[in-house]
Amino acid sequence: MHDRTVAQLMAGLRDKSFSSAELTRCFLDRIGALDEQLNSFISVDEEAALAAATAADARLAASDAGALTGIPIAHKDIFCTDGMRTSCGSRMLDNFIPPYDATLIKRFNAEGAVTLGKTNMDEFAMGSSNESSYYGPVRNPWDTNLVPGGSSGGSAAAVAALLAPAATGTDTGGSIRQPAAFCGITGLKPTYGRVSRLGMVAFASSLDQAGPMAHSAQDCALLLNAMAGHDPLDSTSSPEPTEDYTAQLARQIDGLRIGLPKEYFGEGLDNATAGQIDAALKELEALGATLVEVSLPNSHLTIPTYYVIAPAEASTNLSRFDGVRYGHRCADPVDLHDLYTRTREEGFGDEVKRRILVGTYALSAGYYDAYYKKAQQVRRLIKQDFMHCFEQVDIIAGPTTPGPAFALGAKSDDPVSMYLEDVYTLAVNLAGLPGMSVPAGFVDDKPVGLQLIGRHFDESRLLNVAHQYQQATDWHLRRPASIAGGAA
Amino acid sequence: MQWETVIGLEVHLQLATQSKIFSGSPTTFGAQPNTQASAVDLAMPGMLPVLNEKAVRYAVLFGLGIGAEIGMRSVFDRKNYFYPDLPKGYQISQFQHPIVGRGEFEIQLEDGSTRNIGITRAHLEEDAGKSLHEDYHGQSGIDLNRAGTPLLEIVSEPDIRSAEEAVAYLKALHSLVTYLGISDGNMSEGSMRCDINISLRPMGADTLGTRAEIKNVNSFRFVEKAIHHEFERQADILEDGGTIVQETRLYDADKNETRSMRSKEVANDYRYFPEPDLLPIVIDDSYVEALRQQLPELPTQKRDRFVQQYGLGNYDANVLADSRELADYFEAVVAGCGDAKIAANWVQVELLGQLNRGELELASCPVSATNLAGLIARILDNSISGKIAKQVFEAMWQGEGSADAIIEARGLKQVSDSGELESMVDEVIANSAAQVEQYLAADEGKRKKLVGYFVGQVMKLSKGQANPQMVNQLLAKKLQ
Amino acid sequence: MISLRPLPPTEAFFLSGLYSMAIEQDDIEKIAELARIRIDQGQIGQVTQRITEILRMVDQLQAVDTSEVQPMANPLDATQILRPDEVTESNRREAFQAIAPAVEDGLYLVPKVID
Repeated sequence: MHDRTVAQLMAGLRDKSFSSAELTRCFLDRIGALDEQLNSFISVDEEAALAAATAADARLAASDAGALTGIPIAHKDIFCTDGMRTSCGSRMLDNFIPPYDATLIKRFNAEGAVTLGKTNMDEFAMGSSNESSYYGPVRNPWDTNLVPGGSSGGSAAAVAALLAPAATGTDTGGSIRQPAAFCGITGLKPTYGRVSRLGMVAFASSLDQAGPMAHSAQDCALLLNAMAGHDPLDSTSSPEPTEDYTAQLARQIDGLRIGLPKEYFGEGLDNATAGQIDAALKELEALGATLVEVSLPNSHLTIPTYYVIAPAEASTNLSRFDGVRYGHRCADPVDLHDLYTRTREEGFGDEVKRRILVGTYALSAGYYDAYYKKAQQVRRLIKQDFMHCFEQVDIIAGPTTPGPAFALGAKSDDPVSMYLEDVYTLAVNLAGLPGMSVPAGFVDDKPVGLQLIGRHFDESRLLNVAHQYQQATDWHLRRPASIAGGAA
Repeated sequence: MQWETVIGLEVHLQLATQSKIFSGSPTTFGAQPNTQASAVDLAMPGMLPVLNEKAVRYAVLFGLGIGAEIGMRSVFDRKNYFYPDLPKGYQISQFQHPIVGRGEFEIQLEDGSTRNIGITRAHLEEDAGKSLHEDYHGQSGIDLNRAGTPLLEIVSEPDIRSAEEAVAYLKALHSLVTYLGISDGNMSEGSMRCDINISLRPMGADTLGTRAEIKNVNSFRFVEKAIHHEFERQADILEDGGTIVQETRLYDADKNETRSMRSKEVANDYRYFPEPDLLPIVIDDSYVEALRQQLPELPTQKRDRFVQQYGLGNYDANVLADSRELADYFEAVVAGCGDAKIAANWVQVELLGQLNRGELELASCPVSATNLAGLIARILDNSISGKIAKQVFEAMWQGEGSADAIIEARGLKQVSDSGELESMVDEVIANSAAQVEQYLAADEGKRKKLVGYFVGQVMKLSKGQANPQMVNQLLAKKLQ
Repeated sequence: MISLRPLPPTEAFFLSGLYSMAIEQDDIEKIAELARIRIDQGQIGQVTQRITEILRMVDQLQAVDTSEVQPMANPLDATQILRPDEVTESNRREAFQAIAPAVEDGLYLVPKVID
């Protein structure tokens, strides 16, 4: 039961091969048996999950079911869940039990999906290795000495280890795509504004976007169907109409024009990884696509641009964590200043504090124009680069990451080298484009991801290309050896 | 030395919306603490602002009301600082691109003269909550009901030169915003709060002195007192050869003094930047034009019309046009009685006098415009004298009904029956032999004065109800 | 109160090479105070060094000519939607204050606020 795609599980529930209660029990048992070594979940509420499964079974029996009714899903612990702790991987919110659901959670609940639990993540989604979590690092199911990537590392590891058939993640600079690549699963970051941010703890407001993480492009499409849509309570959510994201999956891709940015294949890209990406591109070519070299001339500016904008927005988004209304509060503050400074010293980890300080600096008097305004101007140049490419090609493809997963601890003492890990993913967030990572082979038994980037609101096309690729390859069906054991 | 006061005012106007500027919480005044603070107002994790359409509309109406440039593309910014009444750790405000740009505004002083005061800008922002300083075991209590209430911050140029002008400016502003219906202007509930920037300079100088900012002054009277006090304080310092420190001060109404605010001493770096949770507000010409069509007649327009149409003086017209309700009341009285000057006099003297004495709003005035018009009509047709009319007005105020009903019930109708009057005149003449003798001996000029005695006697005899004109005629005839 | 920020160093100044983005420990302390984060004195040196490294990386931006480029705040260059003026929230004080660190009489408690 546990090694099936969401599409297969939907069929199984409908033809009564198993119930949602049985399915949910199976995944809960696997979490119980295997997650000790992975640490992919922060919270699991078995009782609530089973109650939701029973309710889903009733809906299925009454033929009152939505597409995802009865499907267990793991949610990144960044989405507020009514009555269930939402920590965001931080000591600051270790005791935080929201009295409300994020819009995304509401949508899954309305569909009748079952929340298995809340997955581990880098603190406040700031990280590329899942080592900044207050709850300890997540381990990569392919090799537990490796990081799973971040910040949605818990979701990626849980899906890769078959502890959940699918999960939600968020992506501010690669936080869905990079862990998806490192863990050998499929992940989609939709167009900025496609999925509501309401109730999702904010990191960088103009970059954050939630998306699905699953085994296949088809599963991502099924989840996106539930997630996408305008939310009147999120001013930045797009009124652009949604579509059935599974509708275009089966389309042939002959004639498709794929742009290969030369900047994504140059210095910095690991040779073996490049080899796997080349092979994947050949596969797409074999499917009828045309490969075209394109250029994103401002690529070298994406990291500096991102590391001004994201910390600047984060520095003020995180001001609300002040120990007054919820969350951590330091013991016995002597005065107001002490309450603020000690609460925030204790509640935030090093990387979060670092980014708050960088962001505060970038916005402070005298530096705004040199940093923040400048970064916003370069951001426009970066977006324009993509727009020019899309005049020539339908999608852009390249590596998701410069190399496969690295060892735990390898970069945790060097923030800048950690930031370089996101060199191919950041630009997509800056430009607000949809991006995917699709399993594309292995380097030394470590998964490698192919990144696909589309035009704004062209998720269907990305899913179509990924699905066609997955029809022709079986990388997405490979499973790590470490996950044997637990319920089957 | 002679000092000139230079004042700029920042008025925080609460807009009369049902819900908050960025959330669906109610804005009702006086609710139990934190019962009107939603997840958005409390800055719960993941909560996002969505802009209230009416707040935008009201801001644009204000801009049109002062003939200002309208920001067709305005942007919200975050103003970052930590304070317990500011749940997000930033206030959503407008910094670089306000919704209302430069405009101008005419004020009128007591002597009827007018001045134009420049408006630098007006921008939308959210209000903060309140810190309650009652002692909770050495702690303060935070009430966030007010957090997120829509405010329009109206910033004037440093064009104001005295406390009187400052008050006239605020009154005119109050009048304008209530005309526009964009605020209740209720100062005691904090709907209109004022920060005063004040500096002194030697009379005739054209550079500005160092200013102090006095925060949160909440009534016309306190504005006046705070400015007088601050003038004295700064003048004392300057005359002793000292320098003014640029600082924020708080006006203490109980002690009538301003004092430095310790909490604001640390120089703030607000780190303004465009609020990424909100997008630029773009409005088009048709939106602005539709609102322009909806503009009511504004106070200054109404005042000018009153001068033209009713022949009122500038000052009277200004008083009557001060509020839409009063102006409407006045015009209803004119329509009912047909005489604008008498109507203006009655409304200003008797009606406003009674309202002020009873500390009443016009809305709860016991005398309707129809009834006041009815009373004036009886003066005009000589049914009663002006003096009797005041008695009738008193009775109307006490709720005794219409003027006619009161005149009837109390038998106050003027005596115009010539037979009745003649016998009264005869009686007075018979009882005033000495005065008659004196009168007859006097020349024409003196007679005019002396006749007043006889008129007075007849009025006394008639309990004030004799028609004075007829009495005069009868006396003239009989005293030949 | 609208206060204009001091003029930032100009682009030409940055490009001239006269300006060094090196950040001093003092600056970090000032920023930490603005951000209300206490930094242990024993760590301040290391924090300063890390942030210096990040800013050095970020300073590549200074070499780009952006004089003709409009800043982009939103990747879709979208405009604000407006909400009708309706009350949609009801009183949920009890639920919100159940997760608060300190409340009394419906108020959130904090150490004495001094004006």
